[in-house]
Amino acid sequence: MALIQFTNKGIYCKQGDFYIDPWRPVDKAVITHGHADHAKWGNNSYLCHTLTKPILEERYGLYDNVETLPYNEQIDINGVKLSMFPAGHVIGSAQIRLEYKGEIVVVSGDYKTEYDGISTAFEPVKCHTFVSESTFGLPIYKWQPQQLIFDSIDSWIADNHAKNKTSVLVAYSLGKAQRLIHNLKADYPIYVHRTIAALNAAFQSAGVELPATVQINPDIKKEELQKGIVIVPPALADSKWIKSLTNPATGICSGWMAVRAGRRWRSADAGFALSDHADWPGLLDAIKATDAEKVMVTHGSTAIFSRYLNEIGIEAEEVKTQYGDEEAEESIEKVEETQITK
Amino acid sequence: MKRFAQLIQELELSNKTNDKIAALVTYFSEAEDRDKPYVIAMFTGKRPKRPITTTFIKQWAIELTDLPEWLFTESYHSVGDLSETIALVLPPATHTVEKPLHQWIGELAQLHGKTDEEKKDYILTSWDSLATQERFIFNKLISGNFRIGVSNKMLVNAIAKQSEQEANKIMHSIMGKWQPNEITYEELTAGAHVNTDNSWPYPFCLAYAIDTEPENLGDTTAWQAEWKWDGIRGQIVKRNGELFIWSRGEELVTDQFPELHFLKDELPDGTVLDGEILAVKDGNVLSFSTLQQRLNRKTINKSQLENAPIGFFTYDLLELKGTDVRTEPLSKRRQWLEEIIENLTTKDIAILSPVIEYKDWQELAAIRETAREINSEGIMLKNVNSIFHAGRKRGDWWKWKINPYTVDTVMIYAQKGSGRRANFYTDYTFAVRDGEKLITIAKAYSGLTDKEIKEVNSFVNKNAIEKFGPVRTVKPELVFEIAFEGIAESKRHKAGLALRFPRISRWRKDKKADEINTLDDLRALISVVE
Repeated sequence: MALIQFTNKGIYCKQGDFYIDPWRPVDKAVITHGHADHAKWGNNSYLCHTLTKPILEERYGLYDNVETLPYNEQIDINGVKLSMFPAGHVIGSAQIRLEYKGEIVVVSGDYKTEYDGISTAFEPVKCHTFVSESTFGLPIYKWQPQQLIFDSIDSWIADNHAKNKTSVLVAYSLGKAQRLIHNLKADYPIYVHRTIAALNAAFQSAGVELPATVQINPDIKKEELQKGIVIVPPALADSKWIKSLTNPATGICSGWMAVRAGRRWRSADAGFALSDHADWPGLLDAIKATDAEKVMVTHGSTAIFSRYLNEIGIEAEEVKTQYGDEEAEESIEKVEETQITK
Repeated sequence: MKRFAQLIQELELSNKTNDKIAALVTYFSEAEDRDKPYVIAMFTGKRPKRPITTTFIKQWAIELTDLPEWLFTESYHSVGDLSETIALVLPPATHTVEKPLHQWIGELAQLHGKTDEEKKDYILTSWDSLATQERFIFNKLISGNFRIGVSNKMLVNAIAKQSEQEANKIMHSIMGKWQPNEITYEELTAGAHVNTDNSWPYPFCLAYAIDTEPENLGDTTAWQAEWKWDGIRGQIVKRNGELFIWSRGEELVTDQFPELHFLKDELPDGTVLDGEILAVKDGNVLSFSTLQQRLNRKTINKSQLENAPIGFFTYDLLELKGTDVRTEPLSKRRQWLEEIIENLTTKDIAILSPVIEYKDWQELAAIRETAREINSEGIMLKNVNSIFHAGRKRGDWWKWKINPYTVDTVMIYAQKGSGRRANFYTDYTFAVRDGEKLITIAKAYSGLTDKEIKEVNSFVNKNAIEKFGPVRTVKPELVFEIAFEGIAESKRHKAGLALRFPRISRWRKDKKADEINTLDDLRALISVVE
């Protein structure tokens, strides 16, 4: 029997009787990372990486029923050996490695191959079956080295300051926001939305070092924001609050910004192709490094990417999941939208 | 080319007109002088002849990337632009070369007459020396097709600001006949070439749709009412014994309309007429689809001349005896125009577009309702004291169009969009009922809000029946009202008819699929229209 099955609740390991990233409530859930399309509320018990726990605490108020595991440490669940390896996607993101009677399966969740300076660097894991995302599974997606992207964000901010504009960066509260805060060189105060501030605080209390930021609140004057850098999650990208700032200039940080049509689709002043997902070469390199006999392609360009893998001699199949739903993540961030205005 | 690439990026990054104009002004102040006329030529659609076919470019890119052709095609579907797709999929450049824009364009022009191998060698070497953004621009230079969201008016305003000249004059100048390799930016902005050139047209005066009740425009005597015709807006220029016909797209279309060539002998020198090119038979205006048979053809045969004879309905007079009269009031220009048309020996081809007599706004509103019967789109209101403005100006001229036709349809196919929208189904095909069957009548993608697109997208994900490449057939359940401007028989469409300018006017969540219109409803409409 296969070690994992794709059921209507999620990825199920029958031998160990647990689910990985289930999208419906189950008894025992193993979580790859904290984004809302992978970590859902309502399971009886959770197992996740040590640094994913503060996210579940902050977002869902889960304290008691969450067990943790550091990277590279093995535990046994009903005879299935389970361990976690860094996925490089966001802080705490893990690939779940399962081993049972010599068969090895790796469920990678979301991953990126370039080290972002803040999430533990991606590590390829040898396996028989590899479950891969394919969010950017088209050869048009090839990221620039992140230093070049941060340089252009830094110079965009400097240019905005010269023109008396308020720089507003749009980034997911989990992952992209911390990555920006960590990597931006500019020596301006960084003002972050409450959802970001809360996660930052959770990470800091778990021992992650992050530069100081200020939580946006109604007492901060518009002139101060204009002299700093503002970071908000996508749910607030077109909000009235941003329009009320002094000459706001919005810069969206997302892999979709690599394509002109993607930049036009969002009403932003700038687009930076900064992604927490692997690009086309990244996906191919990661998959080849696993030596997997079979690749299961989940969310993204599933049909195209699996067809291509088969053509280059890597057996692949597309599977239907509910991952990749950006709205799930945005709805969590949206809850807090009203917090800034009043 | 780096400076030009930067300009393109700035133009694309901002969605505000003022920012774009500022970026253009800075560009024209900083860029290398010889590059500037080329940029103006590109932005105004003055295209050099393509040195290499798209097929070759695509083939070489595929060879170079080692991608299967289907994957390249999928990438293209996602990006929505071939030049950009190629720029993105190619391996990174091994080195970088910086040449000014005019040099690249000059080198490309020199490829004419070279062997395919020589062309390929040049293109591959160039690709290998350019970063993604510059490579995209290089590819656009090959195709000559540069649509970057800069309207002529925006460009003219920027150049006018930079060169401290009148916008009107700049518009003249760039619309005239000139070659970017033969003129300097200073000569172009000074308009040195246009005086010796007989052909130059004036910028068209354009109207906005009326945004209030006509009653609010005040006294009816201040407003001249005319029919709004659905043809090709044109300008007829007669100077020094030569005749030129310009379309609103700023293209010379003189050869396409031999019926109007008699004006070369009959119009006095130094005359410029504004009007509409229409298909006209026995004094009656025919539908736009009839006129279409005559458009964009290199040669015209006898049956086309017979089926779709051309007429010119004159609106206005811009030049009289060699003098620009655009700043004279409309009432005066109309009077001169009437005299000129009356003096033509050949009658019934170039005629006056009639002025509608009306007592009050109520009567005019009733007249407007009859517009479709004569293939008109509604009414134009022009202030009798108005000057002939350059471009679109609020206040003096208004379009008062009749409401569009609408039809209730059901969505049967959906296709994903490009880029960021590659994740959303944004392009839909709609059908009406024909007995038990559903028959496709229109494809449309505009008209929904982002939120509605997301909703439709989730419906498609859950209700997709079959896959044909990028297209999904979906359960016929969502009803949309489609608005359109005209309808005509068409052999090319399965329904036997085609809609003009179809777009989604609203999502009829209140209606079920069995309440949509039938093909017979639409057929009945054709007979009314014709």
